[in-house]
Amino acid sequence: MSAPEIDPLFTAEAQQLVESIEGGLLDLRARPEDRQLVDSVFRDLHTLKGTGAMFGQSAMAQFLHDFETTFEAVRDGAMAVTEPLIGLSLQACDHVVSLLAGGPEEPGRRLLLALRDHVASARDREGPAGAGDGGSRWQLEFGLSADTLVLGGHPEAILDELRALGADDIRPLLDGLPPIDALEPETCYLRWRASLPETVGEDQIRDVFLFHEDGLDLTLAGPAQPGPPAPLDEAEMVPVQALSDGGLMRVSAVRLDEMMDRVGELVIAEARLAELAARSGDAQLVAVAEEIQRLSTGMRETTMSIRMTPIGSITGRFRRLVHDLTRLLGKQIVLDFEGLDTELDKTVVELLADPLMHLIRNAADHGLEDRGTRASMGKPEQGHIRLSARYSGAEVVIALSDDGRGLNLERIRARAVERGLIPPDAELSELETRGLILEPGFSTAAEVTELSGRGVGMDVVRQTIDKLRGSIEIDSEPGHGTAVRMRLPLTLAIIDGLLVEVAGERYTLPLAAVEHIIELPEVKARDGDATRFLDIRDRLVPYLRMRRMFSSPGVAGPHQKVVVVTSGELRVGLTVDRIIGSSQTVIKQLSPLHAELKMFSGATILGDGSVALILDVPQLVAFGQALDERHVA
Amino acid sequence: MNELSTLRPGAETSGRDVVTFRLGGELLAIRTANLREVLEPGAVTRVPNASPFAAGLINVRGAVVPLCDLRIPLRMPVAGADTDTRVLVLDLELGGVASTVGVIAERVHEVTRIETAALEEVPDVGSRWPAHLVSAVGRRGDEFLIIPDLDAIFSAHLGGAGPASANTA
Repeated sequence: MSAPEIDPLFTAEAQQLVESIEGGLLDLRARPEDRQLVDSVFRDLHTLKGTGAMFGQSAMAQFLHDFETTFEAVRDGAMAVTEPLIGLSLQACDHVVSLLAGGPEEPGRRLLLALRDHVASARDREGPAGAGDGGSRWQLEFGLSADTLVLGGHPEAILDELRALGADDIRPLLDGLPPIDALEPETCYLRWRASLPETVGEDQIRDVFLFHEDGLDLTLAGPAQPGPPAPLDEAEMVPVQALSDGGLMRVSAVRLDEMMDRVGELVIAEARLAELAARSGDAQLVAVAEEIQRLSTGMRETTMSIRMTPIGSITGRFRRLVHDLTRLLGKQIVLDFEGLDTELDKTVVELLADPLMHLIRNAADHGLEDRGTRASMGKPEQGHIRLSARYSGAEVVIALSDDGRGLNLERIRARAVERGLIPPDAELSELETRGLILEPGFSTAAEVTELSGRGVGMDVVRQTIDKLRGSIEIDSEPGHGTAVRMRLPLTLAIIDGLLVEVAGERYTLPLAAVEHIIELPEVKARDGDATRFLDIRDRLVPYLRMRRMFSSPGVAGPHQKVVVVTSGELRVGLTVDRIIGSSQTVIKQLSPLHAELKMFSGATILGDGSVALILDVPQLVAFGQALDERHVA
Repeated sequence: MNELSTLRPGAETSGRDVVTFRLGGELLAIRTANLREVLEPGAVTRVPNASPFAAGLINVRGAVVPLCDLRIPLRMPVAGADTDTRVLVLDLELGGVASTVGVIAERVHEVTRIETAALEEVPDVGSRWPAHLVSAVGRRGDEFLIIPDLDAIFSAHLGGAGPASANTA
């Protein structure tokens, strides 16, 4: 029996929900008492179950139903959130993902049994008394600044105020109390725990601590519901959660793409209108054309902004990965984020997920030392991995850094020579040497581990970044860590292009790749081969004859231009007949019939309605080299 | 055929709606279900190094669409465009992806209905056309009517990408 076909709409929705659940579970580890979080996980589970049933995924719906029943015990406060429970729940998420991919149902039964056992034993331990606790009361725990007493504060006054609000179960926590001979009588060591009725407002509770905010350590968990929302960390506000809020709505990506197409048409039609109006000389028509131009520019900007997605929308899976790696590697790893609200085109964000996963895995596996080594080097036992994003002009810079051992340049060099990537006497800068780890077939892992180091990976990271028309750079300081920095364009839908003419045909080059333009010397113009060298500012720059590359008809005229483009470390000249100018270029994908023509990254529609191909510079250079080798052979 | 379908004129089983057009001196037909529109050819952009079957790109209402020439796979003589030349814009699945393609027609005739009973399979030997690229042959007056197998023709040009064959004939 084959697995039923799974609706892609459902798969997308389900994956989002699973990620949201995973995020909630991981947050629960840090804040196990947070009712809001428990509710949010429960809600997502319920939605996932409902959607699953709606799309005929009965096996999944059944599994989720049982999983949900278990979680109900948590929601009702019958059991506490514990580390093993979260572990099991995360495995349940994995199982759902496996079911989505048409995996077997069997592991689900074992998981459910384990979950049920866990709930049963937790009930026995906590007893029925535990059930009365949670639920509909505020839970708070607080500690005051150590010098409260010295400064004349009165903790008992705070306790009185809390009692006045209805706290009848205040308990001191003695964990912080030192041995009697080390005890400073004027230091405040105690912490307190209490619960308050749900009718009390959060502001009222916070007001109690108004004069003790310095050094205050307060954790406050709201009543089940309804109640004021717990303060959400801004960085945690991934859109998946935000989307259920009032002012936002979910839109299918297909519609966004369609909308972008329409705007592309509008931009093109507007260009034609402007041309016709200018030719007619009718002042009124010109005025209308200008008005339309203004509107369509605004429309284009708005549409592009709709496609922008914060990088924070994919970080859930990274937290999950680090959680798993912590256990697998026996290292203590902390992953933190910076600039999660930095936005990129949705396609870029989606394509970035896999490379970032790989980089995080690499950092955890190869970058961070084990606990013993770190301790002996005087570093904190916890290894830090940081993912940061920020705007830089029309680009976004995304960096993944760790505070591990850094790259060993000698070892990289030795390995590159061994693999034949560079000749033994090659002279490389430090930056170039570090760049070698991005080469295909390079892997420094002395032994192949389960996680990384199969000789694929870093080159795939580079391929993805190249595909997104970005660049990648590695920084590293031995003993202090490594940072991989990626620069990416804000959008893939519209780029700045340079329009050129070759044998009467027009092509667009991404302006970002263009370094400068020079006139082709007369002597060189008569040569027939595809590639030759030009002497530009004392550097030999190879150049490709576009006419030959494109098998264009006719013979080149006298005033050929050379557009010098950069492709990675390489500078290459492209000979063209004429430079037409630069313009905003709406990128259209090529049909599968032309998929094998890698030298074109897409096509665009020009002001006169005709189609121009967009050149993919790295692929074009590779094609030119291959063409030349064939020619020589 | 069974009685029911003859009692119900226009029943799906008895025939199909097609657009007929001329190509390489022959009469061809494509199902109207695939046909989106018929356009006068505008500017065609040559795609360097592409196969002669899909050598150009055209602008169909803001979308970039490949322009395909069925005369290449069907081994028909290729003549230049003239005032009768049209582009049939078709919606097809290419490698499992819904796509739009343009197909050159030397002259478009009419939308008509052909009876399934009037169609025959192409004999493997002695045929003027590559038999595996033609799904059926019928008669129109004293002429042959060729129904090309679009799935077979297009999937042969996907360069191995996507599923090898889509059985939707």
